[in-house]
Amino acid sequence: MTLKTLWKSAALLMVLALAITACGGGQAEVEEPSEELKVAFIYIGQPGDLGWTYEHERGRLMLEEELGDQVETVTVPDVPEGPDAEKAIRDVVNNGADVVFTTSFGYMDPTLTVAEENSDVIFEHCSGFKTAENMSTYFGRIYQPRYLSGLVAGSMTEANLIGYVAAFPIPEVVRGINAFTLGVREVNPDAEVRVVWTNTWYDPVKEREAAEALLDEGADIIAQHQDTTEPQKAAQERGALSIGYDSDMAQFVGDTVLTSPIWNWGTYYVDTVGKVIDGSWETHQFWGGLADGVVELAELSPRVPADVASKVESEHTRIVSGEWDVFCGPINAQDGSVKIADGECMSDGDMLSMDWFVEGVVGTLEE
Amino acid sequence: MTEALIVSILIITIRAGTSLLYATLGEIYTERVGILNLGVEGIMMMGAATAFAVSYHSGSAWIGLLGAVLVGGLLALIHAFLSNTMRADQVVSGLALTIFGTGLASFMGQRLGPGGTTMVGLQGPKFVRTPLPLLSDIPILGPSFFNQDVLTYGLYLLLPLLWFFLYRTQPGLHLRAVGEKPLAADAMGVPVIRTRYIYTIFGGMLMGVAGAHLSLGYLQGWADNITGGRGWIAIALVIFATWDPLRAVIGAMLFGGINAIQFRMQAAGTTIPAPFLNMMPYIFTIVVLVIITWWEAISKRLGAPAALGLPYAREEKH
Repeated sequence: MTLKTLWKSAALLMVLALAITACGGGQAEVEEPSEELKVAFIYIGQPGDLGWTYEHERGRLMLEEELGDQVETVTVPDVPEGPDAEKAIRDVVNNGADVVFTTSFGYMDPTLTVAEENSDVIFEHCSGFKTAENMSTYFGRIYQPRYLSGLVAGSMTEANLIGYVAAFPIPEVVRGINAFTLGVREVNPDAEVRVVWTNTWYDPVKEREAAEALLDEGADIIAQHQDTTEPQKAAQERGALSIGYDSDMAQFVGDTVLTSPIWNWGTYYVDTVGKVIDGSWETHQFWGGLADGVVELAELSPRVPADVASKVESEHTRIVSGEWDVFCGPINAQDGSVKIADGECMSDGDMLSMDWFVEGVVGTLEE
Repeated sequence: MTEALIVSILIITIRAGTSLLYATLGEIYTERVGILNLGVEGIMMMGAATAFAVSYHSGSAWIGLLGAVLVGGLLALIHAFLSNTMRADQVVSGLALTIFGTGLASFMGQRLGPGGTTMVGLQGPKFVRTPLPLLSDIPILGPSFFNQDVLTYGLYLLLPLLWFFLYRTQPGLHLRAVGEKPLAADAMGVPVIRTRYIYTIFGGMLMGVAGAHLSLGYLQGWADNITGGRGWIAIALVIFATWDPLRAVIGAMLFGGINAIQFRMQAAGTTIPAPFLNMMPYIFTIVVLVIITWWEAISKRLGAPAALGLPYAREEKH
């Protein structure tokens, strides 16, 4: 290819990019004044991923069902984190959105930027920590149902080796691994949890390869913090069991999925939009747990014995009552040293910046 | 390393490399004839979606594979038409094909399940791994090379054929001539445009198979964005292989196996920084690219086809 053709190509590419951008913005319509509150959702993937976005979509549908004519919702799927996100958020605002839910961690700064420019619009960002006058954050204590799922896995592993396919070594994921392992070791002090990092939230091929590597190592249960059902399918094909995540993955894979820690955003969306409608909305940082219903443990598989189910039930009750939480001592760090003393509980701040493993985890955090 | 570990790494490397190799071979044949097809990612995605949709509804993985081959060929035909007949810019046409294929495949994934629902999470017919009698009894090589699915076996046959055709037959010579010096080939009586159409379409068919292997063999199901950038890796691999089908094998296994290997090392408790390992294939590609660009003697022997990306018209002098 000569230099001239290269330049020509580059120029044509720019034109193409502009054309695509123009098409994307083409949805702008003349707004008719209406009583309905316009609520927009920005998604990182497709609602059909059966995971993270699927759960937000279920929440949106519940919002439409509960509030009926009072709201009109729109969704923008497949929005990459980064500069594209800012454009997508700005587009829905320009199209008249009154409330915008941005549902991925990487949308945090773009959401803040657009929020600062549009003080009459309310922004709700999922999983971040930055707020503004018109911008709140919301997330769930998924570590609570993860701990419960650990009880199931710890009781049912025969190899005493559980594999954990994990996305990125960030506090959110580390917290999940630790909570799960605490559950496992609560019922089975001999079991260990091996972690494989995939360095991606969504890549069916890599997720499967990571699960297969753990199965080859002898793990007989696969847990995960990813966005697809692929680790569950890989485990099932090898005759192994698994713990799902995000949604009740047993519906898509079968009863080899013993249970799944799941999100349940519907109640929060209905509450929050309700507050916007009656004018009582204020900036907040919501981090709800099992007691709020925003996170749950999916129904246990018929393969789970009754005594395990009752143990899960009693721990569930203990957490919901508020008398105890997962990260209350005594808890040892990976090297066996005491991290949290008996009678102490971690603060939310410490939990949100967790960067160490508990005893029983095999894996490293150095990347 | 134990024998079991070596076998498990070999199995996964070959399985992961299969789809990459089909796509790379498709792109090698396309580029050898002078057409740059950057639509690999889109064609693979459409191949994967079509293969799963067709096999799910027909009940046969083979019919699904046929569907993927046809769709791959059809999409490449669009590219061939734009590049040859319309003489459009091949970079733009290829990128447009990727955007189009990725979008359409995602759309199909949402609508082509039972009753117009999503295809994600469905179980359909698949190509399962079947050990070959006798051959699979060979120690180490048997369980790794001869305990694969039928598409991988197909590759064992196709690979020597593609190499032989390219370097040892007259049509192969014509193919290369069209990619190197179309004017001379034309003067020799080789129909340049027709040759370019044929091998661009053939290359697209192989890319369709690459997609089919993902949704019918490797993953056995449809997932949104199933190729995850593997089409782009195939394009890099063509450079890595310096446009040679046999050298493509090394690259495909390296790119395909690197993740599987680093996941296994993590699972076994070893620590080599994953990003470092992931980087390796790309570094090799850049090194190869630099060598063939700056070193003229090597460039003549191993470099890109001279007429790559240039539309052909008899009146113009190149």
